[in-house]
Amino acid sequence: MTVTPLGIPRRLLEFTIDGEEARVPEGSTILDACRAAGKDIPTLCEGDTLRPKNACRVCVVEVEGARTLVPACSRRAEPGMVVRTDTERARHSRKIVLELLASSVDLSTTPLVAEWLKEYEAKPDRFGPDAARLNEEPKIDNDLYVRDYDKCILCYKCVDACGDQWQNSFAISVTGRGFDARIAVEHDAPLTDSACVYCGNCIEVCPTGALSFKSEFDRREAGNWDETSQTRTTTVCAYCGVGCNLTLHVQDNEIVKVTSPHDNPVTHGNLCIKGRFGYQHVQNRG
Amino acid sequence: MRKRDRTPKTYARLTRPLVRDSRDEPFREASWEEALERTVRGLARNRGAFGMFSCARATNEMNYVAQKFARVVMGTNNVDSCNRTCHAPSVAGLSAAFGSGGGTSSYEEIEHTDVIVMWGSNARFAHPIFFQHALKGIRNGARMYAVDPRRTSTAEWAESWLGLNVGTDIPMAHAIGREIIHAGLANEAFVERATSGFEEYRALVEPWTLSLAEKVTGVPAAAIRELAHAYARAERAQLCWTLGITEHHNGTDNVRALINLSLLTGHVGRYASGLQPLRGQNNVQGGGDMGAIPNRLPGFQDILDPESRLKFESAWDTVIQPHYGLNLTEMFEAMEEGTLKAVYCIGENPAQSEADSEQAVRRMRQLDFLVVQDIFLTRTAELADVVLPATAGWAETDGTTTNSERRVQRVRRAVTPPGESREDVDIICDLAGRLGHDWKYADAEAVWNELRSVSPDHYGMTYERLAEHQGIQWPCPSTEELEPTYLHGRLWETDPRRRGRRAPFGIVQHDPPVDLTDERYPIRLTTGRRLDSYNTGVQSGSFASPLRRGEFVELCPEDAERYGVVVGEEVRVSSRRGAVVAPVWIDTALRPGLAFMTMHFPDEVDTNQLTIEANCPIAGTAEFKASAIRIEKLPVVTYVR
Amino acid sequence: MDLRFGDSKPTDDERAAVDALLGPPESSWEGADRSDADLRWARGGRAARDRRDLLLPGLHAINDRVGWISEGALDYLCRRLTVPPAEAYGVATFYAMFSVRPRPATVLQVCTDLACSAAGADGLCAAAGSRLGPGSGVTVERSPCLGLCERAPAALAVRAGDPVRTAVAAPATAESAVLAASAPDSAPEEPPVARAVPQAGQEGLVLLKRVGVVDPSSLDDYRAQGGYTALRRAFALGPAGVIREVTDSGLVGRGGAAFPTGRKWQATAAQPDHPHYLVCNADESEPGTFKDRVLMEGDPYALVEAMTIAAYATGAHRGYLYLRGEYPRALRRMRHAVEQARARGLLGDDVLGQGYAFDIEIRRGAGAYICGEETALFNSIEGYRGEPRSKPPFPVEKGLFGRPTVENNVETLVNVLPILTMGAPAYAAIGTERSTGPKLFCVSGSVARPGIYELPFGATLGELLELAGVRPGLRAVLLGGAAGGFVRPDERDLPLTFEGTREAGTTLGSGVVMAFDDTVPLPRLLLRIAEFFRDESCGQCVPCRVGTVRQEEALHRIADRTGAAAADDIALLREVGRAMRDASICGLGQTAWNAVESAIDRLGAYE
Repeated sequence: MTVTPLGIPRRLLEFTIDGEEARVPEGSTILDACRAAGKDIPTLCEGDTLRPKNACRVCVVEVEGARTLVPACSRRAEPGMVVRTDTERARHSRKIVLELLASSVDLSTTPLVAEWLKEYEAKPDRFGPDAARLNEEPKIDNDLYVRDYDKCILCYKCVDACGDQWQNSFAISVTGRGFDARIAVEHDAPLTDSACVYCGNCIEVCPTGALSFKSEFDRREAGNWDETSQTRTTTVCAYCGVGCNLTLHVQDNEIVKVTSPHDNPVTHGNLCIKGRFGYQHVQNRG
Repeated sequence: MRKRDRTPKTYARLTRPLVRDSRDEPFREASWEEALERTVRGLARNRGAFGMFSCARATNEMNYVAQKFARVVMGTNNVDSCNRTCHAPSVAGLSAAFGSGGGTSSYEEIEHTDVIVMWGSNARFAHPIFFQHALKGIRNGARMYAVDPRRTSTAEWAESWLGLNVGTDIPMAHAIGREIIHAGLANEAFVERATSGFEEYRALVEPWTLSLAEKVTGVPAAAIRELAHAYARAERAQLCWTLGITEHHNGTDNVRALINLSLLTGHVGRYASGLQPLRGQNNVQGGGDMGAIPNRLPGFQDILDPESRLKFESAWDTVIQPHYGLNLTEMFEAMEEGTLKAVYCIGENPAQSEADSEQAVRRMRQLDFLVVQDIFLTRTAELADVVLPATAGWAETDGTTTNSERRVQRVRRAVTPPGESREDVDIICDLAGRLGHDWKYADAEAVWNELRSVSPDHYGMTYERLAEHQGIQWPCPSTEELEPTYLHGRLWETDPRRRGRRAPFGIVQHDPPVDLTDERYPIRLTTGRRLDSYNTGVQSGSFASPLRRGEFVELCPEDAERYGVVVGEEVRVSSRRGAVVAPVWIDTALRPGLAFMTMHFPDEVDTNQLTIEANCPIAGTAEFKASAIRIEKLPVVTYVR
Repeated sequence: MDLRFGDSKPTDDERAAVDALLGPPESSWEGADRSDADLRWARGGRAARDRRDLLLPGLHAINDRVGWISEGALDYLCRRLTVPPAEAYGVATFYAMFSVRPRPATVLQVCTDLACSAAGADGLCAAAGSRLGPGSGVTVERSPCLGLCERAPAALAVRAGDPVRTAVAAPATAESAVLAASAPDSAPEEPPVARAVPQAGQEGLVLLKRVGVVDPSSLDDYRAQGGYTALRRAFALGPAGVIREVTDSGLVGRGGAAFPTGRKWQATAAQPDHPHYLVCNADESEPGTFKDRVLMEGDPYALVEAMTIAAYATGAHRGYLYLRGEYPRALRRMRHAVEQARARGLLGDDVLGQGYAFDIEIRRGAGAYICGEETALFNSIEGYRGEPRSKPPFPVEKGLFGRPTVENNVETLVNVLPILTMGAPAYAAIGTERSTGPKLFCVSGSVARPGIYELPFGATLGELLELAGVRPGLRAVLLGGAAGGFVRPDERDLPLTFEGTREAGTTLGSGVVMAFDDTVPLPRLLLRIAEFFRDESCGQCVPCRVGTVRQEEALHRIADRTGAAAADDIALLREVGRAMRDASICGLGQTAWNAVESAIDRLGAYE
């Protein structure tokens, strides 16, 4: 009978990143090791609260002996592995991936992507003016959030957050196939006819702004969304007794969006509809 | 049927104090000076007949200061909060068994348990993020069992759902206990070492055979047997409950009956084995921990214990009444009797949250003086003589709250409060000063540090450490170390001295709901929460939830057919106490003779006009979960769309 | 699970189709009428969630019965299986054979892929389409390769109903295609499978010796012609002995990757985690490939026996045969063979009285090339979208249902029979040192006798083309299908071995040898290949999802250009192709540029 939990210490393994020795606990990914070593590798579909999906392939690195490049976000480090993160081959693939995305998807609200495009000298325009794009209109079917799939890179994070990894509501799925694949609810119905419970945990993990709070979407449309002037204050939710930590994003003394720290032991970044959206009552200031 | 596009009443923030000379007059805006002076006069003249309704949603710091105000300034232990309407039986039951009233486990532990029993808890709706931890457990291989009259969203995740009759939890629990004993699955070593009263318990449950339990609860014997075996055979098991257990006239007995099962099987005091009552408000745990209850001083210290009193008397330079104060329920009764004449109500809305709300309103109208401190002009505030505009505890104030896993966490001011509204602690201290007690707290942390100095279980939680660890669970006596995440590990100690007081089995008898169904009131009405709404809707009504459809009386398809009513059709719902008109919703989670409503939309449908004020004699919680009603078609059919 | 269902209800037909597969619902929570007992006790949890793998068969059941999958039908299936409707919708929309929009009960798929389009499929499609307009009760769809290349052009009609009816017209004329679609029951029988095997009945065949000779419906005839001697030998050798024989034989996978089969079996057998699974990949979808179909149609018991041996050797007690959805005759024959084998105790709890339990479940694909990728196939069986998983972990460690799994294709498995009957040394003596044994080639296109040919490894391309009667005016030969590469007509001395083709900078792939004469413009072929990959990309990873689109766009732009006018786009193609090859998750994206690249580099396309 276990009276206290038994934490089994993890063994360490050694391998090489860019010629330098790395020691990481067993089970670490190449990305974990790179980050521990202070190396920056671009990622889009990777999420700190989700299992790696390795769909975007922007984090690929070269592993000696491997036929193809490997995704740093999901490949576990192995003893003796020789990893190179910045070879011409890896950089070429990252550049093309960025070009393919930027030429088909609206990345205007994806953080860091502009820097990466510059760093990798990506020229998305070179596919020509007729290059196929997603061409989606924002779906505004409720007052809480907006799905703008023109910005969707199909990273699966929203599906994973809504599904078995966190929320278990399974309101959305990837539908269709190939370039025509889209995130949708069953029968492409509006969100209001779906299993969605408006927890907003999909927005929390969306890396591109394809999913956004209506409060943010409206302000962006009106041109008065200003993250630099926003404060972020972490407090505790005012509803049930679970005690979820909320980070209130405040602009001009208005709460404009609510998130939760991803490393919080209560929430792991997740909230419910009340915590995420139920703040309006404090600012009914007459 | 489209969802109803009804916007519930939204409340605007109070920005200036309101006063009036007589209850017949409308309020007028006043200066703080005038409002506070009126309050001072109203309270001073009712010294000895005063009650404090503290707030389960405000900070620990506010609750600490509020109870200190009651005890030091007003010289009374009459301080309580809405924990009375929900989880007081949990606190009472757990205290009786283990000596302290908190849930014994932590959220993270349920991810690593083997069996989860959700009893009278629709956590999927009422505690969604806790349920995410439970879902992690299920994904890790735990088997969940759900005991609930309705097949709720929570129950849909279970291996097995047991749809018992409302108010037959004790027969169910006793039958499970008996089956565990008869199957030889009791943890004899634990029972012998760490519990008392087992023989009496064995005799108590002996009559509760599976077949008798089937007759009383309505659940097949095989289902009860399966749950009994699964719980007893699990290496680790978590037993969670919510208001389905506590909101009964014998709520504390219900809690004891569940605790008995954990004692019988040794599922308490170990990692991932424990008891988890899920609290309904952000700080209902903390309010009690801070002493905003009539029988305990801050840090769970019993008022009847002279040593504890002495400690506080010297710390506060006062004399503490050596007897328990009145709880919320008793305070309402005292209003009726005229022995309680002034109430200082902070952030509570008893006019809508109490069972038999009409009676509650009538009683508050009889008060000589009522001051309400809130962020909105609630129905309760509308009854007041003075209304003081406060700040929102969670977004406009610094401090701490304590969650269901006993985790004290920092709340922080993120937005500037509107108009002239002031922080609760600031207002209470101003009043205390005017009444002759000059309390100086530089900020919330100063209040907290005073609490730490008088509550050993909170001593180790400095603000700095709370930030560093993203909250700390009590007990935390040391500023250097953290305690295990679960309580009562002592029960497993081999040394009897370290094992401490044995946990007694609760010898509790089945007692069916007070409000019996009969020919006139043939339907059992039970109540609960919906996912996107909260309590009386004052907070949750303000955001545009796509899920919200307003209040309905929910019936099973068979009953709807029997009464010839359809979805959206308005019907009269009557109990022995009152009647409301509500539209019909049909839910297959219900069965014939069982109806469901919430209290989220009291301004549309005041469900608590139907509920019964039959209170738990130990904890004072009312039987919100069981009223007898009837459904009548209206003469002119109206459909709500 | 707290699933949410809409208001749509299934029709009686749809309900019956699902119930025929799953049995009647057990409680009202699953869709039966409400009973008193249901209102007091409900079972759910693990057992309910564990039926996800019946989703694809359920979708087939509905689609077969009514021709499309309505909201009510999908909801009902989801309720029965405790599957979220959104996920089921994601799965249903993944497969080309399913429709979630109403459509006529009959679908006529006209193959417009490489061999068929060279044989005039576009005209056929247009002619059939004009005769089967609105109101005809038939939808005409362009289809990727139907695996009937020896009889190009081909069309497949599927009429929903109880039971579902199918008819094949190949070689198809507009008349025969229309007849197949409008009266599938009275359409002429397909020609016997021997027609696909020009060598049928010849001496010395190893893999094809029974095809066209044995009665494919008769277990007794199979046994009369040497069937089940290999299994008996396997039991005599024991599992380790079988693996040793297979290892020593030098057998490598025939699906294209050429991984040593013995090593795969050994790795699976050695896994401590249980149960182990065997999966036979019969989702033959590589354009130009039809050998597995011919084997299954012509010698179905051989596959049953070979699967039994493979499972026995690797410690599996359950095998899945994932059979391409567009192979109705192979499906019929394999179903029959499995039933017969079961009836005779050659499958079941006590195979051949040896105390070894093994059974085979046939699962149908539903129109997705990607499901030929081994891990995508696992996801498909498990009821998820057929998207490849990232490797590692490899299937031998975590495969089907997360358990150690050995996956082989049909041809590979069938090779095990001669290995055991003739012994590893004798088998290894066939072919070359590094490519042992006989090999099947799917020859189509500009040849007089298209079909499956069996030659020992090491025969040259010229010998094979000679055998098939290559027509004059040969312009190019595509080896290995869409994922393979082109070679020039003058490369007739190319040895058809894995190492030989690799050294020559091309690939043997799955054994496709497709001959094109100069009547077919090369850019059109390349465009068709690009179109194929764009259509079949699952969409999971960016390089493939967008890369295949950009590749097709560039090939469109240069369809009529050469030289400097095409140079920029060719440079672009190279860059995108390199990233697809380097950074795609699975073989589909990694090989999607192979054929185009080879046409540019080897054939001088666009010069």
